[in-house]
Amino acid sequence: MAGIVDYGFYIPTNRITVKEIALRWGKSSDNVEESLKISEKAVADHDEDMVTMAYQAGEMALNKFDPLEKSSVGAVFVGSETFPYAVKPHSTIIASFLGVEKNYLAFDTQFACKAATGAMLAGNALVKGDDIKYALIIASDKANARPGDALEYSAGSGANAFVLGKKNVLAHILDWVSFSSDTPDFWRRSKANFPSHAGRFTGTPSYFHHIISASQGLLKKVNLKPSDFKFAVFHMPNGSFPLKVAKILGFELHQITPSYVVSHLGNSYSASALMGLVAVLDKSKPGDKIFFASYGSGAGSDAIVFEVTEEILKKEKKFEKMMNEKRYINYSEYERCMGLA
Amino acid sequence: MNSIISYYTTRFGELWDKSLGDLANEAFEGVLQNAALQKENIDAIFVGNMLAGVVEDRLLLSAFLAQLFDTNVPIYRVEGACASGGLAFQMANHYLRSNKNSTVLVLGVEKMTDVSGPEITKALATAASFDEQVAGLTFPGVYALIAQYYLNKYGYTESNLAAISVKNHIHATYNKEAHFRRSVTIDNVLESSYIAYPLKVLDSSPISDGAAALILTNRSDLIKKSKSAHILASETATDTISLSKREAIDTLKATVISGKKAFSYAGISQKEINLMEVHDCFTIAEILALEDLGFWEKGQGGHMAKDMVTHRDSGNNLIVNTSGGLKAAGHPVGGTGVKQIGEVYLQLTQQAGARQVKQHNFGLAHNVGGSGGVAVVTILGV
Repeated sequence: MAGIVDYGFYIPTNRITVKEIALRWGKSSDNVEESLKISEKAVADHDEDMVTMAYQAGEMALNKFDPLEKSSVGAVFVGSETFPYAVKPHSTIIASFLGVEKNYLAFDTQFACKAATGAMLAGNALVKGDDIKYALIIASDKANARPGDALEYSAGSGANAFVLGKKNVLAHILDWVSFSSDTPDFWRRSKANFPSHAGRFTGTPSYFHHIISASQGLLKKVNLKPSDFKFAVFHMPNGSFPLKVAKILGFELHQITPSYVVSHLGNSYSASALMGLVAVLDKSKPGDKIFFASYGSGAGSDAIVFEVTEEILKKEKKFEKMMNEKRYINYSEYERCMGLA
Repeated sequence: MNSIISYYTTRFGELWDKSLGDLANEAFEGVLQNAALQKENIDAIFVGNMLAGVVEDRLLLSAFLAQLFDTNVPIYRVEGACASGGLAFQMANHYLRSNKNSTVLVLGVEKMTDVSGPEITKALATAASFDEQVAGLTFPGVYALIAQYYLNKYGYTESNLAAISVKNHIHATYNKEAHFRRSVTIDNVLESSYIAYPLKVLDSSPISDGAAALILTNRSDLIKKSKSAHILASETATDTISLSKREAIDTLKATVISGKKAFSYAGISQKEINLMEVHDCFTIAEILALEDLGFWEKGQGGHMAKDMVTHRDSGNNLIVNTSGGLKAAGHPVGGTGVKQIGEVYLQLTQQAGARQVKQHNFGLAHNVGGSGGVAVVTILGV
């Protein structure tokens, strides 16, 4: 059975607090924090972008691979919604810097915040079918928001990478269900600098409808109950949505808390839900089942069931430590980091 | 005498899965069903709608609705900004005065949430003075100036305004069709974000989708077999579109004039009214409405509001905005005026369910468009 052979991640050290952003716009930080359930977010520096962060995450995921094994990586898929180039593959840039040899399938994927989870399912299929030995899936975003927009409090930066294969799998992909529809809740037009969103429409008919539909479909398909899972991971556009959707689906708070990193990292778009997956993989034990559901505006949700194996015991756990390595920046520094100054 | 014999309202709120046509059709079919009538019994339709031509590029609503309702009767679309519904009702009442043995349907409908916040704000601002708009005055800004003037002149604070919101939110908890069915506290209102000082989010009515419909008739056979309320008066008046051209900032002259006309036509006094729906697009507007309609002395409204003397549980003889008002029941602008009259009709005919207040004989509905550029006052009796 195929699944995750190794994983990596990258969290920038810069943090800006919601209080600092609220102060800039003359808003009550208490109200914002209470509403979004976010206290701070990670911010990529001025010399970082989704490519550099993707490299960092990919490098961690492949650090046990010698050059020969890297030549067995037959696919490199990179998902993001903040690609620097409109036309030019980023997957090849990243693969080249990671030392992946040239006989690989490469493409960039775009589906808002679930840009990489669809790629993960595609990569898993290629591995399962023995078309390739390994697939490298990377999610990376330097998430931006229009200054002063409510999105500015949550849009963060981060990346993660997953090597999929059949040998030495640390978490099997047991099954999945995807649910998609044409639902225009969040978008960024070509050549627009910042995304637009439809306010509360991003909630009930969008995030909740799609995640609930995909998740209920998957629970039925695998014939499991929420209580059968050790952990649950949901996309985290803010702090309140994942808590609410978990409750609706019947998951308990203790199942979602280990993946709930949004309050300190913000929403790193395509890397957001997968950052939650990294957080729980670092805490998981052999035999644990993980329920995962991404969400991408526009809209769709990929729900996936993972089962952790003995291989997890060999994995070096770095997430908690790196999440807590941080320095706080003020709004002026934030503007510089995000290219707003 | 012209009478209301049926009412129906859709839910008000962010109804993303319903179009203008869906809302209109639900209200049309619902009000006919409640009256046990067929569309063939309707001689004319009056439609209150403000924004379809602006946000949906959809004018000639008459033909659109004729197709939707599969009818060929006259359909009149009436536009009076946020008073479109009240004005459609007022014209329907006039139609019946001129046409014996007739039955008409009044529909108020608005679809507001298919466009962004800035787009709908711009669309609503088409009902404000062009000169004042270009100077930067938004619609909330107009009411904020009125509120600021009022608070300063009479020595009140923002908490006097907040009490209106608290009362109307409590009333809306009894209304299953309301946009917001939750109560708020004075602190919640005071701590909410400013829209335009001194008005805050929780001083303001929301952007809502919704439709409401009434059936009016002067056919005695239909009146006799229905739960009916008589239309004692439905009067309208206008005033300047510009705030700067008004005689007084804290008085809506259109309300004063239409109120006096309505009371005169109905032949009753304020003391006989026990139940009202007034236009509380912002909390200050409800205070002004009670003063301008002659229920409270000018300048006394701040005290009255804070004491919540018109609360359903106050024990007093004048209860205001049992539906939750625009503030909490929602404000689909073309639908609002029809919903207000429908709420008074339900209360007078003892059909208001959980929000029913004690039996009364007379009720009033007050609908305003364009921050006081037009007002409609309707008085019903049983």
